[in-house]
Amino acid sequence: MDLLDILFSAAFWAATVRIASPLIFATMGELICERAGVLNLGIEGIMVAGAFAGWISVWAGLPLWGGVGVALLTGMAFGLLHSILSVPFGLSQHVVGVGITLFATSTTFYTYRVVLPEVSSPPKITAFQPVEIPFLADIPLIGPALFHQTPLTYAAFLLVALTAFVLYRTPLGLAVRAAGESPSAVSAQGLSVTAIRMGAVIVGSGFMAVGGAFLTMSAFDSFFFDMVGGRGWICIALVVFGAWKPGKALLGAILFAAFDALQIRLQQTGIGAIVPYQVFLMLPYILSILALVLMSRRAEVPAALMVPFNKGER
Amino acid sequence: MPFEMRLEPIAEPSLARRLTPPALAIVASFVVAALLALIAGGNPFAVFGLIFKGAFGSKFALLETLNRATPLIFTGLAVSVAFRAKLWNIGAEAQFYAGAVMTVVLGTGMLTLPPMLMLPLLAVTAALAGALVLLIPALLKTRFGVDEVVTTLLFNFIFLLFVSYLLEGPLKDPMGMGWPKSARLIPEARLPRIVDGLRLHWGFALALISALALWVIDRKTTLGFEMRAVGQNAEAARFAGIPVTKVILKTALLSGGLAALGGYSEVAGLKGSLTQDISPGFGYTGIVVAMLALLNPLGVVLAAFFVAAIFVGADSMSRAIGVPSYLADIMLASALLLMVLAILLTKFRVRRG
Repeated sequence: MDLLDILFSAAFWAATVRIASPLIFATMGELICERAGVLNLGIEGIMVAGAFAGWISVWAGLPLWGGVGVALLTGMAFGLLHSILSVPFGLSQHVVGVGITLFATSTTFYTYRVVLPEVSSPPKITAFQPVEIPFLADIPLIGPALFHQTPLTYAAFLLVALTAFVLYRTPLGLAVRAAGESPSAVSAQGLSVTAIRMGAVIVGSGFMAVGGAFLTMSAFDSFFFDMVGGRGWICIALVVFGAWKPGKALLGAILFAAFDALQIRLQQTGIGAIVPYQVFLMLPYILSILALVLMSRRAEVPAALMVPFNKGER
Repeated sequence: MPFEMRLEPIAEPSLARRLTPPALAIVASFVVAALLALIAGGNPFAVFGLIFKGAFGSKFALLETLNRATPLIFTGLAVSVAFRAKLWNIGAEAQFYAGAVMTVVLGTGMLTLPPMLMLPLLAVTAALAGALVLLIPALLKTRFGVDEVVTTLLFNFIFLLFVSYLLEGPLKDPMGMGWPKSARLIPEARLPRIVDGLRLHWGFALALISALALWVIDRKTTLGFEMRAVGQNAEAARFAGIPVTKVILKTALLSGGLAALGGYSEVAGLKGSLTQDISPGFGYTGIVVAMLALLNPLGVVLAAFFVAAIFVGADSMSRAIGVPSYLADIMLASALLLMVLAILLTKFRVRRG
């Protein structure tokens, strides 16, 4: 049976974890924004900008981790712009988010053309290579899947733990969650809702950009215009699917990536000969919509999501 | 009073004050573009001069601009009617393609009628196709409370893959030398030119008529009133006895239909067949058009003309001096952001004064 062979191959699970990694970064970024009460629809464009910024910096001579740093800062810069418009000015988060995506994407493409005016195919960099974790990598099936990955994948998993720890075990996390649930209570404690929300959007946007950079610096070694391809929007669905909790969102990302890895492999089997390949490519988007519908009945949305806060107004 | 109320574009102040935000946004976006042109090594004045010349410099250029404005009027109207009712339709791209697909399905030989019947029939079926495409996310919103921004965005990807399947499968032109494109429309299905010899088709007129019709719906009908009421405050509208769900669904049908008419006009008027890349993002640009127009249907015509001019002009400028034409996209994205900010800031002045 084709399917079982696939499910019990280490290569399949290794691919799943690899596909999940950029989604994990961006999903955590979006989750942080939304827990603070801001829907960040800039995610798609910020991922494009991060993918480009990290890659071009390495191409220009920076070390790989330097590139990750540049991607992070690029994302934070767009996050700052988003947060200025969406938090103190309280502008429609829908319009601002779409605007940031358009702005980040077009700025990236423009910069690409300015830096590389004459190239027909983009240059390659030496991307992150897999690093084996001693002993753990020898475990059958799980070993190669989880412990023979690039450093950025390990960083993605660490980020989930860190996000969960900060959100649930620190005063800062409490403040962030409260800003998304009951901003007036935060304000009554003498804390600035504006500062908390802006901080969350800036940091979250930075992680989105690193998710984009994973594509150019770890999954592939080059930058293509359409390479983000809706992953940002999928991450927004993953946040909902994960009920705004880091652990569940991680699970969602892995589940989603497993489906993605599966559809790529199924295309090569007998089914792929009958079903047009476009149907397989549609699956991730259809799954995301289904996930949104299934989870819609649960009332776990941060209560103040998309509600601008204006001190002194009730 | 909720903060959002300040963003409502239907303002009491004078026309001059109402036009301040778009003017400010456009000026500021020119400043952004000037800086970026400098970075790319171009003289900003030369760049803007070339953009202007490329968009209006000759009869050919002007017609090209009007042709580019036509689909943008449709998608701009689609977005503006939806946004007015706070139905965040970011899926005009998919609905545009739905109209284009429907036009090709019926118009390449399946049906042969005299043009007087054929053209209206194609327009209606195309609009229906687009309306249905937006109806799904709208129903998911009203039934399950699923945010329509994400679903309409995801539908764009799904629908483009569907178009790609159609163009490589059932709709593929057997004479297309392996290119993924549809067969050409039969002559009866082609929108004629408005004036013989001028490259401007009746799709442009249809766009203007649609804008006028939407303005009438908006100002003179109960539906228009209800849509605005739902957009301003859905809870209050419900309390006042307005059937909110129905209004949202009607808005969706109208919005999806308008975007799809853009696809119909582009295929039947300009291109004559369907390719995967028939829309270079008209659906997304429609958002910029609608916002620059303050969601006003008649303003959409002006805004679409402006946006088309920037695009057409930037293409020709880029060919001339090599500053990337993505400059146009940056200008429009920054105009969008600056616009919402300017609206707010001018409203603030109103409040304090």
